[in-house]
Amino acid sequence: MRLEIKDLHVHYGKIEAIKGISVTVNEGEIVTLIGANGAGKTTMLKTISGLRPVSSGQIIFNGEDISKMPAHKRADLGLAQAPEGRGIFVGMSVLENLEMGKYNRKDRKSEMSEDLERVFHLFPRLKERISQVGGTLSGGEQQMLAIGRALMARPKVLLLDEPSMGLAPLMIANIFNIITEINKTGTTILLVEQNAQQALQRAHRAYVLEVGHVVKEAKASDLLNDPAVRAAYLGTGAH
Amino acid sequence: MADKKNRYNIRDHAATYWENSPKWRRVSMSIAFIAFFYALPFLNNPLVNTPGSDFQSVLFYPVGMYVLMAIGLNIVVGKSGLLDLGYVAFFAIGAYTMAILGTHTALNFWEILPIGIALSMVAGVLLGTPTLRLRGDYLAIVTLGFGEIVRIVAVNIEAIGGPRGIAGIPTPPDLFKAKFTILDPKPYYWVLLTFTLLVIWMVRRMAARRPGRAWDAIRQDDDVAQLMGVNTLKYKVWAFVLGAAVAGAGGVLYASQILSIVPDQFNLNVSILILACVVFGGIGNLWGVILGAALLAFTPERIRFLSQPRILVFGIALVVMMNLRPDGILPKKKREHFDPNWKSVEESGEGEIK
Repeated sequence: MRLEIKDLHVHYGKIEAIKGISVTVNEGEIVTLIGANGAGKTTMLKTISGLRPVSSGQIIFNGEDISKMPAHKRADLGLAQAPEGRGIFVGMSVLENLEMGKYNRKDRKSEMSEDLERVFHLFPRLKERISQVGGTLSGGEQQMLAIGRALMARPKVLLLDEPSMGLAPLMIANIFNIITEINKTGTTILLVEQNAQQALQRAHRAYVLEVGHVVKEAKASDLLNDPAVRAAYLGTGAH
Repeated sequence: MADKKNRYNIRDHAATYWENSPKWRRVSMSIAFIAFFYALPFLNNPLVNTPGSDFQSVLFYPVGMYVLMAIGLNIVVGKSGLLDLGYVAFFAIGAYTMAILGTHTALNFWEILPIGIALSMVAGVLLGTPTLRLRGDYLAIVTLGFGEIVRIVAVNIEAIGGPRGIAGIPTPPDLFKAKFTILDPKPYYWVLLTFTLLVIWMVRRMAARRPGRAWDAIRQDDDVAQLMGVNTLKYKVWAFVLGAAVAGAGGVLYASQILSIVPDQFNLNVSILILACVVFGGIGNLWGVILGAALLAFTPERIRFLSQPRILVFGIALVVMMNLRPDGILPKKKREHFDPNWKSVEESGEGEIK
């Protein structure tokens, strides 16, 4: 098991946002957390990457309990996150953003050109925009940059927070194709999504979150055909 | 593009000219500039003279001192985006170190200087480590409190003179035939200018390398910087400590020139005025900050003949300026497109904070 979350509790002040969630992510999988607004999806990712403190429970990464470790050290271990809302550095160029992705890696100099090449292969658009400043990119390009930047660190587990948010349908399909491609090259992915349709089609396994609890855990393909899930998250219209 | 804003963009024109100049021209221009500033006390021009106060003294304090402090504060506020409203505390710590050690021990100015800088840095670590976990307004409030605490502690400790402060601070020993006396501010100004040039050199080196990139990232998005593996607390404390060191050095020199200090010289107004220098000049841009500090420190002295209403005139001038140029006189370059041939951090080598 790459990543195992055991009975996690997280608080914002006195309000409990995560009420005892356990999630496992195996090597090579795409695991998705789906759920409505306020279910605790983003809090889960922020807690795993270290931006939110754990109230109780364990986060085990490669057999090591990292629940007390500061965020920047978790990045060194091989956890990379493309944050919600495409948290890119708006004042830095595309290249500078990508360089930030491996800010702390020991071999960053020798790896740099190879990794840039890999990211530009996945996202040719970023190569065209290499000298452009992050804040002037379109929404889809910013999302590509956020994912590309996370890949620069050669992560063992990639955490993706709502990569489809605010994007046009064509761009959403494009981003999810690339996520599948990244996974096929051996990167384990934990994906948080509101776009349950796309997420369930791409993922191997899925967890359904409701107000801080896991209400369902199954193979993604099973959930796609689950009547309750269809009613709650997939709508009844044609897809 | 005949964009109206571009026509007034002094910074971009100057930057382009500079980048397109061959090396010999850059070197000779730098030397000419530096020589001009070393010769500045001899400038006897009715335009820049300060009726009502001695021009050479004004060059040392407030002009030179505010420029140095504004550069220091710019590391904290401009580079890493931490709002520090108690910057004067580090200046006070430097000045008090000079005053206490100068009057109680046989140490001279040059021996006290590193001690003053070190103590300011220690104060920076002590204040920074617990408080830099706070963000934005909260940090501003805590630093504001710290600035006042240092002053009030000085007022209340009788051993360091209490509200009367410390008098009879020794002047620095002679250096290359230059005599440091109360009557001649020129040698102090030259020492201060040398400090300033060293600090400018240091800041420019750091800004172009890994610490500068980390500060950029922290200023733009602290959380995301952590996700990139940047130890944000470490770099924030470093920004704080470097700013403190600059102010501490300024404080030591200031005390050795003014000869007697009282706690009330180190009040909140000084912190606010230095912050105003940074914002007025163009937050984050080194040259803007220097220009802003020089103007803000010099103008009240220049219009001293107005006597009573001069602060009002000064205030109106500030309000008008900030309306005309809300980003400061020389704002930081807004980068839309980059030169594709620019050198990245990784290519240009690096300086690392261990």
